Amino acid sequence: MITAETVNYISSLARLHLEGPEAVKLAGDLEAILHYAAKLNALDVASVTPTSHVLNVENVFRDDVPAPGLTPEQAFSFAIESQDNAYKVPRIIE
Amino acid sequence: MSTFETVIGLEVHLQLKTRTKIFCACPNVFGGTPNSHVCPVCLGLPGSLPVLNRQVLFDGMKVGLALGCRINTFVKFDRKNYFYPDLPKGYQITQFDFPIAQQGRIAFISGGKKKHVGITRAHIEEDAGKLVHDAAHQCSLADYNRTGTPLIEIVSEPDMRSAQEAYDYLTALKLTLSYLGVSDCDMEKGSLRCDANVSIRPLGEDRLGTKTELKNLNSFSALKRAVEFEAGRHEGVILGGGQIVQETLLWDEAKGRTVSMRSKENAHDYRYFPEPDLVPFTFDAAVIEDVRRTLPELPAAKQARLMTGHGLNDYDASILVQDPALADFFEACVSAGAEPKKAANWLNGPVMKELNDRGCPLAGLKLTPANLVKLAARVEDGTISNLAGKDVLADIVVSGEDVDCVIAAKGLAQVSDDAMLVSVVDEVLAANIKAVEEIRAGKAGVTGFLVGQAMKKMQGKANPKKINEIIARRLTHG
Repeated sequence: MITAETVNYISSLARLHLEGPEAVKLAGDLEAILHYAAKLNALDVASVTPTSHVLNVENVFRDDVPAPGLTPEQAFSFAIESQDNAYKVPRIIE
Repeated sequence: MSTFETVIGLEVHLQLKTRTKIFCACPNVFGGTPNSHVCPVCLGLPGSLPVLNRQVLFDGMKVGLALGCRINTFVKFDRKNYFYPDLPKGYQITQFDFPIAQQGRIAFISGGKKKHVGITRAHIEEDAGKLVHDAAHQCSLADYNRTGTPLIEIVSEPDMRSAQEAYDYLTALKLTLSYLGVSDCDMEKGSLRCDANVSIRPLGEDRLGTKTELKNLNSFSALKRAVEFEAGRHEGVILGGGQIVQETLLWDEAKGRTVSMRSKENAHDYRYFPEPDLVPFTFDAAVIEDVRRTLPELPAAKQARLMTGHGLNDYDASILVQDPALADFFEACVSAGAEPKKAANWLNGPVMKELNDRGCPLAGLKLTPANLVKLAARVEDGTISNLAGKDVLADIVVSGEDVDCVIAAKGLAQVSDDAMLVSVVDEVLAANIKAVEEIRAGKAGVTGFLVGQAMKKMQGKANPKKINEIIARRLTHG
């Protein structure tokens, strides 16, 4: 049973800000989604290898050869704020 | 005597020194101007895709093999999700259920006894960026140069029972890893980092107590002190009727205590799931065997060989294997004709002192095995004194000159002309009648004084043993 409390916990992990009755509504939605997905439990998958990737491709590598990255202008062009060649963020430790 | 035992497991993060980062072609270098080695992949920009650096997988295999692990032939990556500004993607790419290596073991000596610690797993992951906290501006500054540096995390079993055992495990682990040449293994620079899980339980109890995780252990001594402090704190809490709260603590080196991390984060809930941006990796056993063949002789095996093959004792062998270059140099000396114990004494004593004084590695000295063997022989056959030998060493490590040339140029050769030595001894005896009488009266210790006087007259260029013999001869027959 998915409760509003569970939804609030998940939303805080995902940095979602829910308002008023949203958590209760989403609890019902999530419950329905999980119920639907649970239909898969009826299948016998004992002999099936778990799928770890949807593509049938393996071993994609890159050689250990350096290449230039972004210039400082490019690197900070999308920064909300920067200072001393660093990205400025809200103070993280009290 | 405490009725509790301490249980410790360590998590060690090793930065690999590949040329590029793990999932992009940015140079993997320490430091530099902040954010000067970044690209869309390591900044986590939308639409960018990671591609695994081939070298990282092989280095991970090497680490696993060196720690006696089983190497998995199917390997995949997973996402560990959390929000923190040092992690621009909002998740770390790591390995969850199919790591590169599992179930290893490392053996070492602790407190004079052989100790084994199990290695639960070694997995590949990416490093996070670096945050600098700017108190004046009420902000934090993020540098993503380190983001995407390849890491191998090595997780031990909770097999250690004291701070000293944890210290000895880390020492043995670091030495083994340093032989592989895949990392600088430098705790000060952060290329080797260590977290400790600590709990205590009543002696005889099988179940584990509640653990706390210690971070910010920046040195071997910090690890030891932090574990000692934390085990003591647990005992105090439990004896006081309280309960240990499972949490992550920071070691405060200055205050000598652990402190709670006042993070704004939620309790760890990483919601691991398979990384959709990287396909899995499979390889057959032959590939693993190929990598195994590239492994160097590891310190434990080397030490055993120096002891059984060259008859060195535990102590000498253990010092030599601290530096593979030193151990190789030792073997070259033995090949060049040196007596093993004498070669070890020269390397672990005077040569080590030169290295420490100069703060450079062995490769930084112009010393060759042939020259050191020659120097040892010149001291052995009495051509020069022990003291002069150290003088010559200090010269040849810088100049690379031939030992005999240096002895000649510095005029260090000991006088072996017996007639001359006898006349000097006679002069000394004549000038020190009182001492001579004391020796004749049975005070043998005074001889040393006379030897010293004679050496002084010879300006050190005599063999004190020979002077001693001449004094004895003159006093019995003179």
